[in-house]
Amino acid sequence: MQDESLEGIYRSLRLIRRTEEEISKIYPTDKIKSPVHLSIGQEFIAVGITSVLNDDDIVSGTYRGHAAYMAAGGSLNKMMAELFGKADGCAGGKGGSMHLVDMENHVLGCSAVVGTTIPVAVGYALATKNKGSDQIVVCFFGDGATEEGVFFESLNFASLLKLPVLFVCENNGLAIHAPIESRWVTKALCERVETFDIYTSQVADGNIFTLRDSANKMVENIRVGKGPGFIECMAYRWREHVGPNEDFDQGYRDRAELRKWVENDQMEKVGEMLDEQMRLSIDASIEDDIVAAIEYAEASNWPDPNMLDKNVFAG
Amino acid sequence: MSSQAKNISNRILLYGDAILEATDQEMSVDPNVFVIGLDVADHKAILGSTRGLVEKFGPERVITTPLSEDAITGVAIGAAMAGMRPIHIHIRMDFLLLCMNQLINMAAKAHYMYDGQLSVPLVVRVIVGRSWGQGAQHSQSLHSMFMHVPGVKVVAPSNAFDAKGCMISAVRDNNPVVFIEQRHLYYTDALVPKHPYTVEFGKTRTVGKGEDITIVAISAMVIEAMKARELVEEVSISAEVLDPISLVPLDIDTIVASVSRTKRLLVVDNAWTICGAGAEILASVVESLGIKNSIQVSRMGFKHTTCPATPALEKYFYPTPVSIAARAYEMVWPNKPAWAPDAVKAEMAHQLKFRGPF
Repeated sequence: MQDESLEGIYRSLRLIRRTEEEISKIYPTDKIKSPVHLSIGQEFIAVGITSVLNDDDIVSGTYRGHAAYMAAGGSLNKMMAELFGKADGCAGGKGGSMHLVDMENHVLGCSAVVGTTIPVAVGYALATKNKGSDQIVVCFFGDGATEEGVFFESLNFASLLKLPVLFVCENNGLAIHAPIESRWVTKALCERVETFDIYTSQVADGNIFTLRDSANKMVENIRVGKGPGFIECMAYRWREHVGPNEDFDQGYRDRAELRKWVENDQMEKVGEMLDEQMRLSIDASIEDDIVAAIEYAEASNWPDPNMLDKNVFAG
Repeated sequence: MSSQAKNISNRILLYGDAILEATDQEMSVDPNVFVIGLDVADHKAILGSTRGLVEKFGPERVITTPLSEDAITGVAIGAAMAGMRPIHIHIRMDFLLLCMNQLINMAAKAHYMYDGQLSVPLVVRVIVGRSWGQGAQHSQSLHSMFMHVPGVKVVAPSNAFDAKGCMISAVRDNNPVVFIEQRHLYYTDALVPKHPYTVEFGKTRTVGKGEDITIVAISAMVIEAMKARELVEEVSISAEVLDPISLVPLDIDTIVASVSRTKRLLVVDNAWTICGAGAEILASVVESLGIKNSIQVSRMGFKHTTCPATPALEKYFYPTPVSIAARAYEMVWPNKPAWAPDAVKAEMAHQLKFRGPF
């Protein structure tokens, strides 16, 4: 899927971070015609997981899906055009930021209703298994989604049929603004999932290489038919739930929490492992890509009015 | 009726067997077709409509599921997105309310919100109960809820011939199709060709020709309306009975053409009338014909109550041949005293057997 070299991992982390930073800069100009749920600070999860996948594995993301989409190799130009509401967007402007899709690059459509993509990913895995393919499906979702009944229904069914799906819970501790302590009786999510006879692993150190090791083992098991795997990866949402800004002035959380995550920023850490010239060259090429994507989105036409009626039904 | 359907053999099949045959034939020709749902592989086999499929195609293609309607709907949608053609079965339509999030937020919208990159060729089979104390939660026909939302097709075949043809059309359709089977229709039979054939969606069928009033009947109400049509002949009323077969897409043109002749439209639905299919059909016909065509319109359907279990109350809940006949008379002769069919004939109407294809 993504280049699993150090350079490739850094590039992906940096691309997502810088793209979202630019999105947050552009956002106040109202050129972006869609609410944005930024992944800034959580990119290492999507990048870490996708870096252990094969090119034809399937990635399923959520409304906070820029990172999964980009990490999986979704087209940056088309994503930017989609955010601008333009005809060349990945969904012709009809989906917006919350419904990114790029089937050419195996990114299954993202959804804005929490938890809805979980059984859909399982169903996709059912199909790949029935077709005898060795593709696996990775299903990203947040901690809030694990509170939906459909999450447990999906775990049970996926395990019952030993389906090739890797569930990845990006646990940032917040459902919109509600902290996990107000929502979960216990934090033993992995234990809960294990009762469905599913391999689980919690990655709490925020380290992309720990996550990769964990994902590698899971994916190996899944590919040999041992059934689904589950990773809970602790993370922190650096920006507000929806929108381009920080929200530490809103009183529901403390900036001190952010500090330790910033100190452990995986983009910086991986960048430091690279030769500086190499890193600067990657950085420069990313800036070019982002400028090009924004120009692409700006230059793209608005969808023709007759597109309103198109694709209500499939032919 | 499609061109392939003209070559009708003499074979008579029950409604459920027609659905079974369609499923079997489509599974035989397309390895992507599979059946999924609660109890689809047990000894009762969904009123026999999945009988023998698991033996023939194996448990990988006839998948018994846990009681997880929400997730299994999502699973079916995901499999459909990956190119398979699931048939998800529910023994009662009431249970579909557990699936609404997936059906409305995902299945109906996927093709549009992903701008054609994904499609959801999914059939959702649902049986609508009636009588034997089915009561509040085993009797609902919620088709109007699906008609309201763009992106879902809705069909309600009223006889075994249409059931087979519609099932094959539904399986081959690239969209989610809610396939509604009223329980009493399982007792009806019809001439059903053995070979696979399709009944095209969006073609209203004229079930009985008439001049004085157009009765549009939905699902099992087609049978009740045909009985009513016999009853009103006694008072020289010639009723035209139309069966839309598919509610989405809805062939309103055939209905408009009929009403422009008869000037009277009665819609009899197997559901509540408020915000129902009948309201939609009446509104569309009135919009189409305009005020210069003074037409009379009326709706019948479930009483606007929850369905009671006891037969003592339930018998007043549904439209009957007698109540439909009386309403038709009232529309044709608004200034005459009310009329109801002769009690003996009305009783006999319940024994009249109509054998499709109508």
